[in-house]
Amino acid sequence: MSNNLKRVLPQIITLLLIVLIFGFFTINAQMNMSNRGIDFGYGFLGQESSFDVQFSLIEYDGSHSYARAYLVGLLNTILVSVLGIIFCTIIGIVVGIARLSPNYLIRTTAAWYVEFFRNVPLLLQIFFWYYAALRALPLPENTEPLFGVTYLTVKGYYMPGFIWENFNVLIYSILAAIISIVFIRLYAKKIQEEQGKQLPVFLISLGLLIILPVLTIITGIVQLEVELPVLKQLSKTSFIYEGGVSVPPELIALVLALSLYTATFVAECVRAGIQGISKGQKEAAASVGLTPNQILKLVVMPQALRIIIPPTTNQYLNLTKNSSLAAAIAYPDLVLVFAGTALMQTGRAIEIVSITMLTYLTLSLSISVLMNWYNKKIAIKEK
Amino acid sequence: MNNINILKPNRENFKIFLYIGSTLVFLGIFDVFLRSFFNLNFVTFLPGIINFLFPLILGLAGLQMIRLEYSGLKSVDLINRSVNNNTFNAALTLSIIFLALLAIPPSLNWMILDANISGNTKEACAGSEGACWTYIKVWFRRFMYGMYPNEFHWRINVAFIILISFAFVGFFAKGKFKNYLTFYYAIAYPIIAFLIIYFLISGGSFGLEWVETNAWGGLSLTFIVSFFGLIFCFPLGMIFALGRRSELPMIRYISIGYIEFWRGVPLITVLFMSSVMFPMFLPADTFVDKLVRVVAAIVLFEAAYVAEVIRGGLQALPKGQYDAAKSLGMGYWKMQIFVILPQALKLVIPGIANTFLALVKDTPLIFVVGLSEVVGMLQMAKTNPKWLGYAMEGYIFASILFWAICYAMSKYSQYLELKYKTDR
Repeated sequence: MSNNLKRVLPQIITLLLIVLIFGFFTINAQMNMSNRGIDFGYGFLGQESSFDVQFSLIEYDGSHSYARAYLVGLLNTILVSVLGIIFCTIIGIVVGIARLSPNYLIRTTAAWYVEFFRNVPLLLQIFFWYYAALRALPLPENTEPLFGVTYLTVKGYYMPGFIWENFNVLIYSILAAIISIVFIRLYAKKIQEEQGKQLPVFLISLGLLIILPVLTIITGIVQLEVELPVLKQLSKTSFIYEGGVSVPPELIALVLALSLYTATFVAECVRAGIQGISKGQKEAAASVGLTPNQILKLVVMPQALRIIIPPTTNQYLNLTKNSSLAAAIAYPDLVLVFAGTALMQTGRAIEIVSITMLTYLTLSLSISVLMNWYNKKIAIKEK
Repeated sequence: MNNINILKPNRENFKIFLYIGSTLVFLGIFDVFLRSFFNLNFVTFLPGIINFLFPLILGLAGLQMIRLEYSGLKSVDLINRSVNNNTFNAALTLSIIFLALLAIPPSLNWMILDANISGNTKEACAGSEGACWTYIKVWFRRFMYGMYPNEFHWRINVAFIILISFAFVGFFAKGKFKNYLTFYYAIAYPIIAFLIIYFLISGGSFGLEWVETNAWGGLSLTFIVSFFGLIFCFPLGMIFALGRRSELPMIRYISIGYIEFWRGVPLITVLFMSSVMFPMFLPADTFVDKLVRVVAAIVLFEAAYVAEVIRGGLQALPKGQYDAAKSLGMGYWKMQIFVILPQALKLVIPGIANTFLALVKDTPLIFVVGLSEVVGMLQMAKTNPKWLGYAMEGYIFASILFWAICYAMSKYSQYLELKYKTDR
């Protein structure tokens, strides 16, 4: 009996405490809101927002609703995160491998990079790129073209835009290539198991992936027009490039800082993963007669990925959450657009902050659920 | 002697290869050196891209010539092994050396040779190409103390000196007092620290003038925020780590919910919450100081991360430790405090250090609620009309500052890790 009490009592007390705290907060919130004459509700999301956003992936202006503004912010956050994740993975893998290089100079340079960029606050790095490094770029009218057709100016990066006709056909052709690659792989595996022959799967896949989309363009079903950015004079001293795709400097600074910062952590994960594989594995594979490439592909990578991927996804999550620092340099992400401007205008602190937090929470939790599933799938199945 | 491949050294004539190879490498490096330091280019007669790559080609050929395993010369072997394993590595080595050579003159010029540190006004820097360290010199006090009134800066200094000296009490404790050290650091020290900071830096009594927390700032604010963050998030994290491993379902689920919630949201939204949402949750006439709210938000946030790190340590302990403690008749708390936690915490020193580093690096975010520590002060100084255009100097100063703090912390954690390492 006393044992039972010992188990139940602490639980009841904790629960009671939490209920009390939350109750206290709710009552206060109700009192405060009734004092100020606001009633709680999410109806404001449908109202006209009447503020503009500088950079948006979807059509948006002041006449759209707050819900639309939320979507604009969310898409901008996702854009930064995806770009950051791509770049930080590339840099991270290169630096991680470089840290294990037999070359002393490469190893030390990589170590310096990691030690430096990891130990400087991300916000400071964002400020550095935005306010110091990118401000040193030339004005649009003095810019020399980069790679012939793109312009890196203080007002942003201008690239030629592509205008596709029948773009969906191109997508279908890529999809078809991917599906046929899957089948070819299965077939090759079967052949190898039955006859011991190896087909050049990689070359075939690469060929398919290039030939099919190119075919659609050659035959004229898909047409591609290139729109070049052109210098335009706005007033006597002010110039701007028009046409094509323009990337605002805020986005450049943010992606640069986020990927350079997160890459240091990714590099450490990669290094740990590769170091985590015992030498015996490689030696055993070599003694079975596998070539160095096969050793890397069939023995080292599958085991290294098991160590690398979980912490790396964690870093991707961190990057996504850190992208909220965009607010500091006025890049219109979720926090700036929604928790900043929209909150200022409506004054609905509780609703807006809770929506913002829930969005990030959903993003993180869904990725971590996926991660757990993946972890379980690749975990060593011991007998 | 007929079939000598000039790029493939052989053992008999290695001396000749060595001389020619090292001369070529030296020439390559010397060429870059001349180009970068004296703006001289001796090979202008070569066409564009070859001219550009000329030193690289020279160096590669040279390194190719001295690449011979077990050449018999120790220094050559060392070079071959460490920077010259194959052509690719040789090319990387050369490009790193060349890049360094090319980067030295402009950065040296900007940082030191053309830089200014004299004078007290912007005019001292006018007309010079280099960095304006005068800017840092003039603003130094602001970067350290924020908008805290100049004549009271000694109060911050004294407070920090007292805090540090109280932190070192542990080193002098002897005999009986050693048993109370944990109690001292876990409970007494935070209270003492709070009292010191409250009475000395805030003031308001003992004849000291009251200074609003709005005026606090600079590096001292970074220290205050991270100090209290560290002190409070650790025990809180410990509680939630234990809670997540608890056998009582209610407590376990609450802990999981808490940890996953805080780990899922960015700190900036938490700070937003503390500044705009939290006041709505308090009775109408209560007022909680901004700084206290910020520190509370940071503590709640980081505690979740600390909890996960500690949980890792708890999980790593073999089950036998629990069984052994229970078989001695220890209760839950006795077991945790005397057997489990000391071992688990030892295991997770690196993880904890990383979390603490993250906390220090997160302190600049408090700008969202209008408090400005070093980075915030930089932004303020940058937009000061008298000092426009010196952003770069400020950022370099602040990054060196933060780098030094974080690097020192990570080195200290490595030292602790070694110190408490016990082989099992």
